[in-house]
Amino acid sequence: MYQSYAPGLDPYQAQEPESASQTHAVGQDPYQAYEHGHGPYQPHEPGYGLYQPGFSPYDDQIPDPKSRMLAIQNAKAYLLKSSTTSGLNLYDHLANMLTKILDEQPTNAVDIIENISKDVKWAQFQKKMDTLRDEHEILPTFEAAEQRKALFLKANGEGDEELEEDIGETPLPNVMETAFYFEQAGIGLSKDESYHIFLALKKLISVQPIQTCRFWGKILGLEMNYIIAEVQFHEGEEEEEAEEEDIIEEGGKGMGEVEDEDEEKEKEDKPPKSTYEPPPVIPKEENGTGANKYVYFVCNEPGKPWVKLPPVTPAQIVCARKIKKFFTGRLDAPVVSFPPFPGNEANYLRAQIARISAGTQISPIGFYQFAEEEGDEEEEGGGGRDTCEENPDFQPLSVAEMVDSLSTWVHHVQSILEQGRCVWLNPFQKSEEEEEEEKAEEPDELQQEIGPPLLTPVSEDEGIQDIPAWTAQLSTDLIPQYAVAVLQSNRWPGAYAFASGRKFDNIYFGWGHKYSPENHAPALPPPVQAEYPSGPEITETRDPTLEEELAFQAAREEALAAAEEEEDEEDVEDDEEEDDEEEDDD
Amino acid sequence: SLNGVEWSLLPPATEEVVAQAERLKGRFQGDPSFEYECPEISAEEAEMLFGDGKEPIIKEEARLVATIEQIDRAVGIIPRGAFVKTPLGSVHENRNFEGLSLTEAKKLSSYFHFTEPVNLKSKTLLEKADLDPSTDFLDSLEHDIPQGSWTVQLEKGGTVVVLRSLLWLGLTFYHVPLTKQYGHIYFGTGEKNLDLPFML
Repeated sequence: MYQSYAPGLDPYQAQEPESASQTHAVGQDPYQAYEHGHGPYQPHEPGYGLYQPGFSPYDDQIPDPKSRMLAIQNAKAYLLKSSTTSGLNLYDHLANMLTKILDEQPTNAVDIIENISKDVKWAQFQKKMDTLRDEHEILPTFEAAEQRKALFLKANGEGDEELEEDIGETPLPNVMETAFYFEQAGIGLSKDESYHIFLALKKLISVQPIQTCRFWGKILGLEMNYIIAEVQFHEGEEEEEAEEEDIIEEGGKGMGEVEDEDEEKEKEDKPPKSTYEPPPVIPKEENGTGANKYVYFVCNEPGKPWVKLPPVTPAQIVCARKIKKFFTGRLDAPVVSFPPFPGNEANYLRAQIARISAGTQISPIGFYQFAEEEGDEEEEGGGGRDTCEENPDFQPLSVAEMVDSLSTWVHHVQSILEQGRCVWLNPFQKSEEEEEEEKAEEPDELQQEIGPPLLTPVSEDEGIQDIPAWTAQLSTDLIPQYAVAVLQSNRWPGAYAFASGRKFDNIYFGWGHKYSPENHAPALPPPVQAEYPSGPEITETRDPTLEEELAFQAAREEALAAAEEEEDEEDVEDDEEEDDEEEDDD
Repeated sequence: SLNGVEWSLLPPATEEVVAQAERLKGRFQGDPSFEYECPEISAEEAEMLFGDGKEPIIKEEARLVATIEQIDRAVGIIPRGAFVKTPLGSVHENRNFEGLSLTEAKKLSSYFHFTEPVNLKSKTLLEKADLDPSTDFLDSLEHDIPQGSWTVQLEKGGTVVVLRSLLWLGLTFYHVPLTKQYGHIYFGTGEKNLDLPFML
């Protein structure tokens, strides 16, 4: 087995015409070790340390002279084969690697041989792309850090004096404290992120005239996520936008009237006017009431600028109930769905936020109470009261009680009716002028929709199938003195609420969709409308066939023959028959 | 385990159990011995599946195991290069895995499902030539149906890449590029998101 090895001539002669590498000095012995690949080497043979038994890929080769030579040639050819991805071949790589080892003489080379191999491969590229690579890598992290850095800078000059005054009543919520309580329940974001959000909210407050502010939660999206803040402006700050929208609407109406007049002047034969009236557009609720009680600001990441979401219209809420789409993370993305959603992603997001808030914002009973005004109850009819304020005499219940029964929690946000508003509005009552003009069809009377009144206990929430609407737990069984009562919503997975003594809060972390055990079935397109009413005057009848006409003719002649006998009665009959004929011939 | 202190061993899932559990809908109850009734199977199917004499009842622990198995099979992922296949066929953890680079980490094709490959053989020869047989022996995420059922996000200024599955909502995979750290975890209700095609 070792005969061909000792003189070293035969393998050389076999290799010379095929080899691509140049040097065949004595130092090539280690290479041969790879090519022979059979049997263990004696300790005195060079190449012993480099070649441990049992790891050879060539162990199963037949130790037969001729096939051995063939095997050696095949093996060498394989080693010289270039890799398709990198253009290197194993032969050269091993040569480089061993050269490097012999040059550098590291200790324990066998232990780090894989790293050496990798470094040799890396060295191929380093010369060309050195500086470029470094610059490219720094960028993304650097940019992100720059953005966050802006948060950490204090507001300029004026801020210092105001801080001292405002410390008492700052609208800034204590996000870290809330995060701590939620962390007890295993819910929340990392400390870093909570802190960044805290600073971002602080910036928001310094920019906008905000009265109250709360961190509403985080909604996950496909490309980016949304961080949402719920704010209430000081009174009087929001009217600018409302005015702009009214002006646009009035402009639209003016155009419509002008067009009608033009049409009436043309007294020509017009196709029949459609009697279709689109269902009346239900106006959105005023800013500051109902579904638009709070204004929401979103940003993709703390450090990015806050964007205000537009107020929500009932049509958007009604449509949002029928569709289920993921958020992409870009506010201007279109929402492609059926029924077509009136708006883009910003509107869809706002509608989902409104639904989630209406369904899951809860507080311990007694924290909020109704404002004490007697006169208002009569005016609002069946709608119920829509505002509530903090109860200064709030006595917190113990945490165990909060968890035991769901009736200790109440909703403090109005629920949204089928119509899409919190306060029901009869759309047909509004404009009396329109009713006078169009008396053709009287609108159906809508039933007034009544939703659960404000401050209903949570125990009256409907569950879904067998599942109760909320799941209540204590944060820990081991230390009941400091435990926190935590409620998870089952209808909107991701909505959580906690209460501990006088403190409570709600938060949402999730994808923004309602839970339904049944699969989502998109609405079917409506049936194709009939173009025209089909009746006997429009429907075509078949022309009578030849046999029918002949038969009819024969029948007529018989009738005439019979008519000669009886004169009076037959005259009448003839007339009738003639009339029939005329109609049929048409 | 229900409280993190006392742990009980779940029986491994068999194919039958997985098939049965797939039909169940709705949330888990939280009680491992809760029994579900199998919904809506015709008498013939019931005979085929259960043999003789057994009633179609599934315990929650069986459903739990089946769900875990399904999740692992469907969305258990690893970064490319973390595991290598030796020429003898066995799969080992790659001790030299240094992590993906930033650009690689943003691509879906650098993550593989950690299960028996299904799509590998149907690739064209051209594509196969590019594969490195020691690291590319699993299905990549690129061809998951429906397309776009994974979200890739960079968090923390680009130092952590997070993949979230949209098919099983709550499965999160994280990886810190250029290091060996990666892992996936599931927090959720244990239900497949069958509405996925409507939601994209």
